[in-house]
Amino acid sequence: MTPPLLDVTDLRTVFHTPRGAMRAVDGVSLSLSPGETLGIVGESGSGKSVLGRTVMGLITNGRSTSVSGSVRLGGKDVHALTPAQRRKLWGTEVAMVFQDPMTSLNPVKKVGTHLSESVRLHLGLSRAEARDRAVDLLRQVGIPEPSRRAGQYPHELSGGMRQRVVIAMALACSPRLLIADEPTTALDVTVQKQILDLLQTLGEQLRMATILISHDLGTVAGRTDRVAVMYAGRIVECSDTASVFDHPRHPYSKALIASIPRLDTPPHTLLPTIEGRPPNLLHPPAGCRFAARCGFATHECTTEAPELVAHGGDHGEENGGGLVACHHPLGAATAKEVTA
Amino acid sequence: MTANGTVADKPDGTTAENPPQRALTAENLVVEFPVGRGQKVHAVSGVSLELAAGETLGILGESGCGKSTVGRALIQLPPPDSGTVRLGDVELTGLGPEELREARARMQIIMQDPVSALNPRRRVKDLVWEGPAIWGHDGSDKDARIDEALRAVGLDPETVRDRRPHELSGGQCQRVCIARALMLDPHVLICDEPVSSLDVSVQAQILNLLETTTRRYGLSMVFIAHDVSVVKNISDRVMVMYLGRTCEVLPSDNMHLRAVHPYTRLLLASLPEAQRSAHTDSAAEVKQAAELPSPLDPPSGCRFRTRCPLATDLCAGEEPPLREIAPGHRIACHHAEPRKDIP
Repeated sequence: MTPPLLDVTDLRTVFHTPRGAMRAVDGVSLSLSPGETLGIVGESGSGKSVLGRTVMGLITNGRSTSVSGSVRLGGKDVHALTPAQRRKLWGTEVAMVFQDPMTSLNPVKKVGTHLSESVRLHLGLSRAEARDRAVDLLRQVGIPEPSRRAGQYPHELSGGMRQRVVIAMALACSPRLLIADEPTTALDVTVQKQILDLLQTLGEQLRMATILISHDLGTVAGRTDRVAVMYAGRIVECSDTASVFDHPRHPYSKALIASIPRLDTPPHTLLPTIEGRPPNLLHPPAGCRFAARCGFATHECTTEAPELVAHGGDHGEENGGGLVACHHPLGAATAKEVTA
Repeated sequence: MTANGTVADKPDGTTAENPPQRALTAENLVVEFPVGRGQKVHAVSGVSLELAAGETLGILGESGCGKSTVGRALIQLPPPDSGTVRLGDVELTGLGPEELREARARMQIIMQDPVSALNPRRRVKDLVWEGPAIWGHDGSDKDARIDEALRAVGLDPETVRDRRPHELSGGQCQRVCIARALMLDPHVLICDEPVSSLDVSVQAQILNLLETTTRRYGLSMVFIAHDVSVVKNISDRVMVMYLGRTCEVLPSDNMHLRAVHPYTRLLLASLPEAQRSAHTDSAAEVKQAAELPSPLDPPSGCRFRTRCPLATDLCAGEEPPLREIAPGHRIACHHAEPRKDIP
């Protein structure tokens, strides 16, 4: 087995606010093999974006933040590096695509400049070589008339085209890991599909691992090998994509999937909802964080936090199953009740 | 209010006790925004719709298709450049400001961003009471009515009554907006992307609330959104818009199977696989490339022809009229045919 490209162990990101310590990411562990695609889904405030940025090394120990645990990327601990070493990592090892393509681009610089800048800096290309490489990259991300587009400013491009440029920037130095944080949230559905298709083909062509962060379960469903569901700063379930969507083990994953309107139900069907609100991360509850909203919660759930452990899969196999952090995982509940 | 007209006005024979059969009718709405140098954005170009009493019409489309502009033209905010809007029996276009104000109480709008729709300096109880206060309600049963409205939208009056918007979550703010809209007993509710800024689980709560509220009060609703599944689930009929024109109007039941307009098919094919069914096309059948044409200079003939796989010379020369291909199912396309395989 190949060593993991990314290995995150017990990662905690805490923001020290005037109102107390905010545990945005609270003990997350995950790993990613080269070329693998991982989806991270969760609602706003679940910590998915903070996790992405901490993995990237954009959030580090500082005056008002503390990061503990480790993020090992290709064998290097991202948070043990000096800022200069970390900058070398960005672009060549790991790159990021953000939600809003307009704010990721400098409005007073031409599209081509955005691209040639990083290849000159990281790969040491000459001006002319960098210009050719920029046009190549634009062609690679499916922009028609790349040489003309390279001379345009970001405002002259549509939202979808801008996001393609941002992706081209991320790919400029052939990173081994791409973190895409809500890459299509600001885009229309027809454009969203084009961008997701593009990320998928590029990932396969360049054998690049991808972390796709999204609040939209549908976006993640068809595009990832594995999915991690986050709730209140923790991963509650992590399995291969099909089993999370077809047989969710955690009550939260199940409820979240059930609350999406479907095309094939009759109109005016009332949707199953999750009562209550996520906990305040300034004062997270003891035990399982979903316990207060969970129909299966018992006394154990409110006192003891469940570990993220293997649930054994559908047929009880050892390695095929995924991980779930629940005292009473769905599907396994019946077996437990029988023995009890 | 003279909205409840006489029997003689209505060929279908509704009486003054029953609400009028047509809650809202709009014909040939045109909205254009001048942008200088003699150019104008053709935001809405000849859109007609009708809304039966108690019915929900969904308007579906991508950004820039004019769906929000239609919603605002209905409520005369701003009035359309041409076309007519009838609310019950009252013709809204051409009313004076005072008459319009009176008529508009029967039609309420719910906006996309619930937080910015509420005055941050006012308390929930005052926000909810704002409508009746403007209408000179005497306030004798003020507290009782506020509590009732808050309970109707699933908020606990004791906890939220004295709070300000920043102390509430996005979902709670949207509930307050709905309570506000209900205070004046409207006939028609216009919802402009009411759930697109909310999380999935909160979205489900608000959609359920709108569903039960419209049923309970017999409201008619125009529901504007970009999400196919959301629109399908809440509407009786769905109208699909592209670049300021109507492409297709169809019943929402099984719309993913019935839809025939190439643009509607494209929207359905763009859905993530999880929501798509086996009956929708794979994306390969649809011409992907082209960019959305500029609404400053929309294509001649059919506006979708630049991205349409079925486009011919006819489409460039002649604008397709909205024709009925099945009961309640109309399309504006020269080439699409009703699907034979669908009952």
